[in-house]
Amino acid sequence: MSALAKDIDLESSPEPAFQSHAKQNRVRVALIHLTLILLSIVFAFPFLWLVTTALKPIDQTMAVPPVWIPREFQWENFGKAITYNADKLGYIPFLLYARNTLVLCIMTVAGSVASNALVAYSFARLRWKGRDFLFAVTLATMMVPFPVLMVPTFALFRELDWIGTFRPLWVPAWFGSAFSIFLLRQFFRTIPFELSEAAKIDGASEWRIFRDVVLPLSKPALAVVALFSFIGTWNDFLGPLIYLLDQKTFTLSLGLQFYQSQHGGTPWNLLMAASTIVILPVIILFFFTQRLFIQGIAITGLK
Amino acid sequence: MKRSKEGLAGYLFAAPWLIGMSVFLLYPLASSIYYSFCDYSVLKPPVWVGMENYRELFQDEVFWKAAGNTAMYAVMALPIGMATAMGLAMLLNSKVRGMTVYRTIFFLPSLVPMVSLAVLWLWLLNGEHGIVNELLKHGGIKGPNWLGDPAWSKPALMLTGIWGVGNSMLIYLASLQDVPTSLLEAAQLDGANAWQKTRNVTIPMISPVILFNLVMGIIGTLQVFAVPYVMFPGGSPARSTYFYAMYLFDNAFRYNKMGYASAMGWIMFLVILTLTFISLRLSDKHVHYGGS
Repeated sequence: MSALAKDIDLESSPEPAFQSHAKQNRVRVALIHLTLILLSIVFAFPFLWLVTTALKPIDQTMAVPPVWIPREFQWENFGKAITYNADKLGYIPFLLYARNTLVLCIMTVAGSVASNALVAYSFARLRWKGRDFLFAVTLATMMVPFPVLMVPTFALFRELDWIGTFRPLWVPAWFGSAFSIFLLRQFFRTIPFELSEAAKIDGASEWRIFRDVVLPLSKPALAVVALFSFIGTWNDFLGPLIYLLDQKTFTLSLGLQFYQSQHGGTPWNLLMAASTIVILPVIILFFFTQRLFIQGIAITGLK
Repeated sequence: MKRSKEGLAGYLFAAPWLIGMSVFLLYPLASSIYYSFCDYSVLKPPVWVGMENYRELFQDEVFWKAAGNTAMYAVMALPIGMATAMGLAMLLNSKVRGMTVYRTIFFLPSLVPMVSLAVLWLWLLNGEHGIVNELLKHGGIKGPNWLGDPAWSKPALMLTGIWGVGNSMLIYLASLQDVPTSLLEAAQLDGANAWQKTRNVTIPMISPVILFNLVMGIIGTLQVFAVPYVMFPGGSPARSTYFYAMYLFDNAFRYNKMGYASAMGWIMFLVILTLTFISLRLSDKHVHYGGS
């Protein structure tokens, strides 16, 4: 028997040692699955409790033993949470807050996509004096903690008479952000420079190359920037807390905190319904853009 | 000629950021140094007081309390958070079926807006009716008073943090997937077991990402604000959750001590710079950068 045939023979009828190895492997896989399933239950549990509490009548929220799934879903809790105390002074206009938040999100998404694309294009594909130095400075600014900037930025916006308006929350988005510039620059650099050269030979201006060559090829990266900017604005709490004074201008996060501090403690079902309303749009957005999202975060970890 | 045209275009394209960085970052950064040496209430122009704010800070008990709380929280929460994120990423990377489903489940909590997260955990950890203590009771454990006991408020906060590790988990996962299988196979052929492979191949290969997550973790943890602000009004119980950024915020916007708050901001920035520098230095020997 030749060596080759021996090999083939080995493959077709594995020796006991091989078998036990395969068995060991199956045990390993089963253990990993078991761990993953247990951890999944732990991680998913708060969501389950959020939603079931939101669907319970108030007396079932605090029942002992706990009611896992309410007998009848109280869908009207969501309506109540939005219009809670609508007839009283402490009324929390959730729909207005949702509208405010959406307006802010649209303004910041538009601004951050437009400005960061321009700036990243410059850092990625144009040569100019001081570029590399300024890019290094840009990266370094990511280390500056927001609290250091809080007072002077507030003073600046106060000087402009912007306190109590949305402007402090969206205008800066139109001037770029270090993280998005970095993310887009990394992406722009992967587009072959020959494409730009060819367009240049055809007499295209930098603006045309940017608009007609680079941007169309960068849709996924631009979408990631839009997505992160949307989520960042939707989730922001400290910004609205500092700059918004009038209750009518509150965002959802600020409104929810306000709601909680006013009614906190008792109507847990309504509180959970309100929280669900704030969380849901982000989760839905995630499910529609999952792949982009995960790629976007993976890029974050790159040097 | 061509080169200078490109240069001009370069400045024009970069203009929004050059303006934005100057106006919203560098100018505030510089003026906050100035304010930190001033008595400043925003309502009146700043008045120079020299080192007074810093001197006062070092004798301010609340400052030390907040700084101590923050340091203690960081020391507890950072290693546990990083270990959880990496552990989950390694499990997900073990090439079993259904990985995307598990990944989604572990990741989703990190999308929850901070205020909603705080409100949700207030309910989960509620002393009387909280489901966490109810479940512990089933296991024969008397659950602590998470929200009312100064000894348990920080661990409560840590739980919310662990629940939200999805983001750094994904960063670890991406880097784990980049570890060349050939290296792991070579180690296997040399008779390395799973632990040795992790210890001697995987961890060195992903060490730059560990360092990145560590630095980002330090920067983030020292600024912790929204979740404790909502969960523990005023840093209750017994100021055990009164963190640095909360005291800074209160000084700036409640007590109108803007100069004092700026001094706090600069101390925070210097601490972050120092810790980052130390992390980079300590990691010099341990972090492995592949290729160039």
